[in-house]
Amino acid sequence: MKSMNITINGRQTTAHEGEMIIDMAKRIGIHIPHLCLDDRLERIGACRLCVVELAGSPKPVASCTTPVREGMVINTHSPRILEARRINMELLLASHDLNCVTCDANRKCKLQRYAEELMVRDLRFEGDRIIRPVDNSSVSIKRDNNKCVLCERCIRVCNDIQTVHAIGLAGRGFNTRIEPPFGQNMKESACVNCGQCVISCPTAALCEHSDIQNVINALNSGKYLIAQTAPSIRATLGECFEMQPGKAVTGKMVTALKQIGFRQVFDTDLGADITIIEEATEFIKRMKEKRSLPMITTCCPAWIKFGEQFFFDELHHMSSCRSPQAIIASLVRTYFAKKIRVKPEDIILVDIMPCTAKKFEIQRPEFMGEADFVLTTVELSKLLKQLDVDFIHLPDTEFDTPLGESTGAGVIFGRTGGVMEAALRTVADWSGIKDFTKLDFKPIHGMRTMKTADIDLKGTKVKVCVVHTLGEARKLMEEIRAGKSPYHFIEIMACYGGCVGGGGQPRGSSSVLEKRAHALNEADSHKKIRLSHKNPSALKIYKEYLGDFGGEKAHRLLHTKYSRREVL
Amino acid sequence: MITDKEIEQALNQLQGDRITVGLATCGISAGAMPVFHALKNADIGLVEEVGCIGMCYNEPIVTVVKDKRRFIYGGVTESNVHRLISALKQGNVCEDLLVAKDISDLDFYHGQKRLVMGNCGLINPLKLDQYVAKGGYLALLRAISMEKQKVIDEMIASGLRGRGGAGFLTGKKWSFIASKKGKKYLIANGDEGDPGAFMNRTLMESDPFKIIEGMTIGAYATGCDEGFIYTRAEYPLAIDTLQKAISIAYKHNLLGKNILGSGFDFELSVRKGAGAFVCGEETALMHSIEGRRGSPSPRPPYPADHGIYGYPTNVNNVGTWGHVTVVFTLGASEFRKLGTKESPGTKELCLAGMVKRPGIVEVPLGTPLRKIVYDIGGGTSDGTKLKAVLTGGPAGGCIPEYLLDTPLDFETLKSLGSIMGSGGMIVVSEKSCIVDVARYYMHFTQEESCGKCTPCREGTKRLLEMLEHITSGKADKSTLDKLKMLSSFVIDNSLCGLGQNAPNPILSTLKYFENEYLEHIEKKKCPAGICDKLVTYLITGKCIGCGACARACPVQAISGNPKEKHFIDQSKCIKCGTCYAVCPVKAIIK
Repeated sequence: MKSMNITINGRQTTAHEGEMIIDMAKRIGIHIPHLCLDDRLERIGACRLCVVELAGSPKPVASCTTPVREGMVINTHSPRILEARRINMELLLASHDLNCVTCDANRKCKLQRYAEELMVRDLRFEGDRIIRPVDNSSVSIKRDNNKCVLCERCIRVCNDIQTVHAIGLAGRGFNTRIEPPFGQNMKESACVNCGQCVISCPTAALCEHSDIQNVINALNSGKYLIAQTAPSIRATLGECFEMQPGKAVTGKMVTALKQIGFRQVFDTDLGADITIIEEATEFIKRMKEKRSLPMITTCCPAWIKFGEQFFFDELHHMSSCRSPQAIIASLVRTYFAKKIRVKPEDIILVDIMPCTAKKFEIQRPEFMGEADFVLTTVELSKLLKQLDVDFIHLPDTEFDTPLGESTGAGVIFGRTGGVMEAALRTVADWSGIKDFTKLDFKPIHGMRTMKTADIDLKGTKVKVCVVHTLGEARKLMEEIRAGKSPYHFIEIMACYGGCVGGGGQPRGSSSVLEKRAHALNEADSHKKIRLSHKNPSALKIYKEYLGDFGGEKAHRLLHTKYSRREVL
Repeated sequence: MITDKEIEQALNQLQGDRITVGLATCGISAGAMPVFHALKNADIGLVEEVGCIGMCYNEPIVTVVKDKRRFIYGGVTESNVHRLISALKQGNVCEDLLVAKDISDLDFYHGQKRLVMGNCGLINPLKLDQYVAKGGYLALLRAISMEKQKVIDEMIASGLRGRGGAGFLTGKKWSFIASKKGKKYLIANGDEGDPGAFMNRTLMESDPFKIIEGMTIGAYATGCDEGFIYTRAEYPLAIDTLQKAISIAYKHNLLGKNILGSGFDFELSVRKGAGAFVCGEETALMHSIEGRRGSPSPRPPYPADHGIYGYPTNVNNVGTWGHVTVVFTLGASEFRKLGTKESPGTKELCLAGMVKRPGIVEVPLGTPLRKIVYDIGGGTSDGTKLKAVLTGGPAGGCIPEYLLDTPLDFETLKSLGSIMGSGGMIVVSEKSCIVDVARYYMHFTQEESCGKCTPCREGTKRLLEMLEHITSGKADKSTLDKLKMLSSFVIDNSLCGLGQNAPNPILSTLKYFENEYLEHIEKKKCPAGICDKLVTYLITGKCIGCGACARACPVQAISGNPKEKHFIDQSKCIKCGTCYAVCPVKAIIK
């Protein structure tokens, strides 16, 4: 790559050919404000906040879309640039509802941050503002266009990365707005509730549908409160309390939930272990019968809705196994309720999930009445703060038994490739490979959105594929539809990075996501038991209650069905 | 291809006895269709449809050629066509409908040099033999006999500049894409969207082969094997005409595989847009063709590197493609003899607004504006003093009366704060309010902004609001400073040409008519009496006390005894203008 000499703010530096000014600046510690730029998305140069001055150019240029040139002389904060950014901010604010103090994004909002940094003090362009209704129709995502700055990050995530096309631009000029096609609301739209739009929104135009007040009411209802926490939460919750990314806070999380009134705190990881037991059994059966291959994992509710909408003719490839969340929910209402002699209806189960789509999953008719509420990681942190929890200084507590014991295999469910790896560990063990660490899982590690591996199970070659983001899932599904898929087993997660990058997580860059995944891998490597089917609690539940792996009762309580959904 | 015999026949037909009716959109909307059918059914000889000859002010137009003599009739309508028919049947001239005995008799055509529009209104747009008889396809034959690079060299030598607005050198633009390998696209931009501009539509409707021929030359030179003519769905006749012309060209091996045995292929089709002004911007246009929302994207990458479906793409205006045919018909050196050194050739213009003879005009570049507006256009429509000429549409500006001796060329217009644009030329008289003109354009731009970038989406809205404040008397002195400040912000920071040029009408009108703005702001007065909110209606001594105004007033603001002078209570008056309109003796002034 050619190196170029650049002068930026009077400093001499070098840049790579093809590098954009804003990226080069970032590399050397110059942060240029921006709203529409997102490293994973196509650059559209829409917000114009990142303008900089170039010697020899009569007009400022957008630094996000202007490549460096040899000898370029750049000024990122000349008086003219600062004034341009200030006017730009004032224009955005003139169309904004300015309810900062009561806003979901208060103190996390990029618009607010830049308004403060640019010291916008008076709004010179106040005039008409179009007041738009808030779309509360979805159980997962709330859309408030009064806070939208039209950076189109949500659209690009939804269309380019997820290929769901639930939202787009409508109208022109000052009447331009983001909404589902033909004025539909979010519930009617093709939205799969993944929430990737929520974590890409720089303001609070998109937020999770909040269940915090419902949970507060539940905590005061006198009922038997149970919480379950998904594998990834321990690796991300700390960030909401200004802790470093990649720091697992499992013990504090359990303490906090106990402190605010949960009688039992269970680990969804156990559900993950049971998922693996059922899924591995199902997979081996399908391999033997050479039926409905490739088999696809079904832990991700956004992926399930995506499949039901766009690949309803290929649903037989999906594992019939429920998600870990739904397995714990099922067991809480049946096995556990019986055990503690509490009527199932007197239990309130709150799921702490990385995911806005789980809010939708618990309302699927087949799961109705099992879990009561889903709180995302971000919602849990808000709840804890509201309920006076000094999170950082909490001591550690263990999960409750019997639904709190888990293996290393269950923990890695929270990152891309984890479900596949956990399943293969069990399948390998059952095939007689006693040391799974000898298997090469490297090809399915990391943040590439499509990863494949050939795993040799004592002579049987298993071709596996791991994808995250629904755009990649679509490619795989089209291959399957065309009868050209070479794979036996596929893991699909809707969110980039898997659950550590879920739509209910605090926002994080790709490198933050990697740190979170690393925390889960660490937790796995420290576990004594790292095979799902060796989880003593799981085995006990099968023995006491469920019967055989993949047996009749297991099927009734741990499996489900999928059906076609019609959307535009 | 057309045989020599067919060409000879077409030539005879064009020169022989023949009645033609202008059936372009302009003629049809003026009522030419029933006239055409009446003439056809009248058994008075060959009646043929032609495109638009450019005289909007005389539509519907019927031309009768008899014994080599030519009679042009104007304003022929369904109700008076029978008089024309009976006159023709008796071998007479229908004097009251007669406009002229030949085009050369009309002031409108003096000073014009019709090259690109030369066939318009004279030939049947869908008769290839007529087009060829008029010299059509000689340009293509000449081009494909040359080496590709020589074709580009000749294009560069001709100095032809893009007729869509920016005036970039066409040959140079071609050379960017010619050097690219693999799949490439060629596009004709016919998404004409300026209010008051219709020259592209006229050319597409009246002489489609000129565009197709030009594109075929361009395709040969640049090595593109596929092209699109992009126009708006609001131009149904243009779309229909182009599609038919394209299929005729295919039939005659003027499009498709191995064109005229030269071994070169070119596939051409029409693409319709939904009618967004911003789709005239190249990148937005390409998105629209791809089926995406028509909004622009930043450059780089440039269309010549990354265009339609990611392939190198060259976009030229429909008018430019017509001029390409002209260049290769005349040859570069002949072409350069027209126009000026920097702006060679002719330019087709739409003369509109408060002008006596609105229509489509083609003049050599460098022609003084005064000549266009007065000699060709006949001055203002009501004889009032001309205030300014607006060029370049909503992205352009105004040229005040005292600068009308300015020659029409790219650089001069720019130096005066306006632009050539696509060729719209709107005449504004003393009866128009210049602030209201700026407000009108800003309203247009605001509605047509794609909404993508902040400066254009939000900035044009606030500019519009400031102009509305001025025209409604709510502005103060600081408004002008704010207007200038925000205008320059929008120009500097917008993503595409739409936003970057949107404030031009404001800055340009402010430059020449700041006093008129100040009258609105300081004296709360609109000198032209256009801005409703600033008008005061007064009843003068001419009042005869008939009471018509008092009865018509919707808010009972007028009182007075019968047969005595009436009065308007200004505190009640809502300035609707009803009294002004109903007064039988024009006793009310504003």
